[in-house]
Amino acid sequence: MSALPGAGSKAGSTESWGSFDEHLIQGGGSAVIDMENMDDTSGSSFEDMGEMHQRMKEEEEVTEEAAAAEEGEDGEFLGMKGIKGQLGRQVADEVWQAGKRQASKAFNLYANIDILRPYFDVEPVQVRNRLLESLIPVRMINFPQKVAGELYGPMMLVFTLVAILLHGMKTSGTVIREGTLMGTAIGTCFGYWLGVSSFIYFLAYLCNAQITMLQMLSLLGYGLFGHCVVLLVTYNVHFHSLFYILWLIIGGLSTIRMVAVLLSRTVGQTPRLILCGTLAALHMLFLLYLHFTYHKIVEGILDTLEGPNIPPIQRVARDVPVVSANLVNVTLKAVGLAS
Amino acid sequence: MAEVDESTKPLFAGLSDVSISEDIPVEGEISVPVDSPTQDDEYSTLDEPVKETILRDLKAVGKKFVHVLYPKKSTALLRDWDLWGPLLLCVTLALMLQRSSTDSKEDGGPQFAEVFVLIWFGSVVITLNSKLLGGTISFFQSLCVLGYCILPLTVAMIICRLVLLGSEGIVSFIIRFIVVIVSFGWSTFASTAFLADSQPPNRKALVVYPIFLFYFVISWMILTFAPSSSSSTKTVGH
Repeated sequence: MSALPGAGSKAGSTESWGSFDEHLIQGGGSAVIDMENMDDTSGSSFEDMGEMHQRMKEEEEVTEEAAAAEEGEDGEFLGMKGIKGQLGRQVADEVWQAGKRQASKAFNLYANIDILRPYFDVEPVQVRNRLLESLIPVRMINFPQKVAGELYGPMMLVFTLVAILLHGMKTSGTVIREGTLMGTAIGTCFGYWLGVSSFIYFLAYLCNAQITMLQMLSLLGYGLFGHCVVLLVTYNVHFHSLFYILWLIIGGLSTIRMVAVLLSRTVGQTPRLILCGTLAALHMLFLLYLHFTYHKIVEGILDTLEGPNIPPIQRVARDVPVVSANLVNVTLKAVGLAS
Repeated sequence: MAEVDESTKPLFAGLSDVSISEDIPVEGEISVPVDSPTQDDEYSTLDEPVKETILRDLKAVGKKFVHVLYPKKSTALLRDWDLWGPLLLCVTLALMLQRSSTDSKEDGGPQFAEVFVLIWFGSVVITLNSKLLGGTISFFQSLCVLGYCILPLTVAMIICRLVLLGSEGIVSFIIRFIVVIVSFGWSTFASTAFLADSQPPNRKALVVYPIFLFYFVISWMILTFAPSSSSSTKTVGH
């Protein structure tokens, strides 16, 4: 690496390469930084391999480029002889460029993780307190309430919700035609968290509410704690009335808390109504959706086992014909076993 | 005799025939000491037969398996990390968890791709999480540890399959439940023994929880694995 600039500089004329010497000094500096970055990776040679590949590729490209560029000048053939000096300088320059690009890419990669680091700076006690507080509505809405800006708790809650959804889908024997169980669960939960946060943040921007994107993500993430608790209970204990009670109480509490925080940060009746109404509706409806979409078969079994007591809400029809065929088999076997 | 040779032949030609004693002729090349050729051989493993390479890698993987089965606080797993073992375990688990293609009506089992992606995506997320919480372990070391600690769960999967071959009922379910719970605890304990040391002491719980969740999901998939349609009656049971 350090030999090549030397080879380039001894090649002869310095037509447009007068500035190359400055680059040379700077190139030396960034090469040093580059090596330090390499040493930092404790034990993994991933970046080394990546850089070697990159360099080999760039050298190939450079020789092709140089050969093609010099074809016009030479005229006779695509030889290296007459243009050796030029080629050497170009190769050196390109390699230095590649090294600089690699160094800045590596720096950006590490810097990106560091951007998120302060949002994960929490203690377990803090996380526990925030989880419990997410179910306790605040009283004061005339004074902007403090919202914790951390991402560890919300992310863990979203993953927990994914795990609970998977559990619910397994026990209810849900069939997903175009896709996988895992993909559906992850897509639903992350889509809700990120999508609804962005949407409410956009509405908050329109309604002049004082809340940042990070705070909104954090608020909605902790609001999913209520959902996790309700779903954990009702996926295992299958009573419709229990679900409705829990939906109202726990879902309602976490919604009221989020709404109160938003109310405290918004002025004016109409903006408050729009913002908080939207959030409340989306949050409660999401819980309803999660319960009913992934819970078909168990309702069917309960239907047949309970006999003439028909639950108050009809099932929403889905186009999964395999499910209804299975339902008959399963309930027949269940009734056969019971007797 | 030597003087006669010197006058007729070039200067040092006769020296090759001069011998100090009968059995040590001073001629030809001076052989290097025995140690350095082995140093050269270490870097040129291209020339060794394929069997040796494979056996060496398999031995390294086997040694790490033993470390996982008896988790002590050693740094062997972290120092020479490799991803062959996790790949082997992941593929084995995914193949065994695949739904059988003959039962096209019972679509309740996961696909191969699902399990594979779950394991690797989950490991990446846990690694990123532990790095963001201020861990000192590198990316691939963490992947290596998490992958190797799937070994108890793979063993549990094999046992569950064998039990399912025998009988299906409440007894087999209890056996499988116990086996899976034990292996889940073992996996979590083994991985925290390796990973938790790299964290600040008051934040261990923050790192352990995602690992717990990750192995819990895998254990759940193993426990609910049903190779034939008759085991769906278990959903009524629990």
